[in-house]
Amino acid sequence: MKAKLADKILKWARTRSLWVTHFNTGGCNGCDIELVAIFTPRYDVERFGIMLKGSPRHADVLAVTGPVTRQVRDRLLTIYEQIPEPKHVIAIGTCAVSGAPFWDGYNVIGGVDKIVPIDVYVPGCPPRPEAIIYGFKKLIKKMEAEEDIE
Amino acid sequence: MGMGLMSGSMIKVVIGPQHPALKEPERFIIEVEGEQVVQVTPRIGYVHRGIEKAMENRTYIQNLYLAERICGICSHAHTTCYVQAVEDLLSVEAPPRAKYIRTVIAELERIHSHLLWLGILAHEVGFDTFFMYVWRDREVIMDLLEEISGNRVNYAMNTIGGVRRDLDQEKISKILKGLEVIEEKAKKYIQMIQKEPTILKRTVGVGYLSSIDAVRYNAVGPLARASGVKRDVRKDDPYIAYDDISFNIVTRDEGDCFSRMMIRAEEILESINIVREALSKLPVGDISVKTRLVIPPSETVSRVEAPRGELIHYARSNGTDKPERYKIRAPTLANLKALCKMLTGIYLADVPVILAGIDPCFSCMDRMQIIDCEKKEKQSWTLDDLRRYAREWYQKH
Repeated sequence: MKAKLADKILKWARTRSLWVTHFNTGGCNGCDIELVAIFTPRYDVERFGIMLKGSPRHADVLAVTGPVTRQVRDRLLTIYEQIPEPKHVIAIGTCAVSGAPFWDGYNVIGGVDKIVPIDVYVPGCPPRPEAIIYGFKKLIKKMEAEEDIE
Repeated sequence: MGMGLMSGSMIKVVIGPQHPALKEPERFIIEVEGEQVVQVTPRIGYVHRGIEKAMENRTYIQNLYLAERICGICSHAHTTCYVQAVEDLLSVEAPPRAKYIRTVIAELERIHSHLLWLGILAHEVGFDTFFMYVWRDREVIMDLLEEISGNRVNYAMNTIGGVRRDLDQEKISKILKGLEVIEEKAKKYIQMIQKEPTILKRTVGVGYLSSIDAVRYNAVGPLARASGVKRDVRKDDPYIAYDDISFNIVTRDEGDCFSRMMIRAEEILESINIVREALSKLPVGDISVKTRLVIPPSETVSRVEAPRGELIHYARSNGTDKPERYKIRAPTLANLKALCKMLTGIYLADVPVILAGIDPCFSCMDRMQIIDCEKKEKQSWTLDDLRRYAREWYQKH
């Protein structure tokens, strides 16, 4: 009974303070600036407790932009492994979703889901900041519905 | 560099390749002796997506969309450069109205890029309030660009032989209104940069590049202009409507990070005047001409002043609807050598500011690795750690 209550509190705390680490796997920057823009005054997602963090070791969520190039594949895996459990991944932009216009490039592996599992896809080139916020809200809903961990 | 070169106190600092918020990841291996940087070796290519090869496999119209996605900040500069090259191969010229609309978008893009960069540099020196202010005001420009083109980042305004969307009176009055807001803010920023001790302490005299070195290392764009080199493609080799518009090239002689900041802030004011003049002179007529899709064998070079400096595209056609060879030289690559020169001999604490100073814009999640050769110890650092280290170092000194 006690453990269950602890889980509930943990989940409540977790879904109300998402710490995001961001990794560009080879994107053009468009999605990156839109992602940074949601942390600035017009959109201000800190009101939902969402914060951008430098280190993957501090993060709950990995936000990935851009198609995965061969050069960054291993780096993406390393970063994904560094994030403590439970971890979630959000793919921002059509490149991260599917590889988009670079799908047939010799140096491009494709969408991020070929390397790591993805929880929420936010398509768009680039997605509007509102769409990214909607993606984060979807992720929070998904986390709330998840079975208790541990 | 071999490990044998290193003495006991020499430490190798590896920065990158991930700095997600902006620009292509670059990796810098920095050798430090105590606090001082001895040697810098860049290693690029982490975002290599094979765009040039992909362009050879796509038609000229499809390549328009690919060129737009080379860079998310200067997407219009890349398409302008691309359509200029293709129009040159076809020997057609865009109608005057299209050229003026291209100019308006290009300058609005420059304003948004410079604002973005001012924010990033403020963030690097630890002045986040300024970062938030600047990014808030940047939304005014983003709204204008969205109003004109329908998208905030990839405007898709250019097409081969003209532009795809026209400006009507309502849009023009909205642009003029938005520019008034930005003009007032930009003047405020200039005052703030000159007076704010946080910015002055971290930027004045930091990352000095003499005008001789700027020429020798072939620096382009605001980096060269901040060192007193009058280098601007808009004046040197006027394209689109720049030869009809009067404007000044802003230069400064200090050659440090402070002057780079001032250059960008002053260029915002200059760009506002260019947009105003272009809108007042906007010619009437068509916005695009019909062109053929098959291009006879030929080759051309096209130059554009992107927000970060001179951008060069080279195209060779072979009589089909696809280019035979396409080559792109982005301004950051040109500035990389000058950056290495600037980083040599400075304090490690100044590295983030100088790196951001050329506008490849490092951000939150950069990781660096410190390998102490004597202890053979590995330590992972993020750019946040480096930034924190820099702030603490400056508090002490």
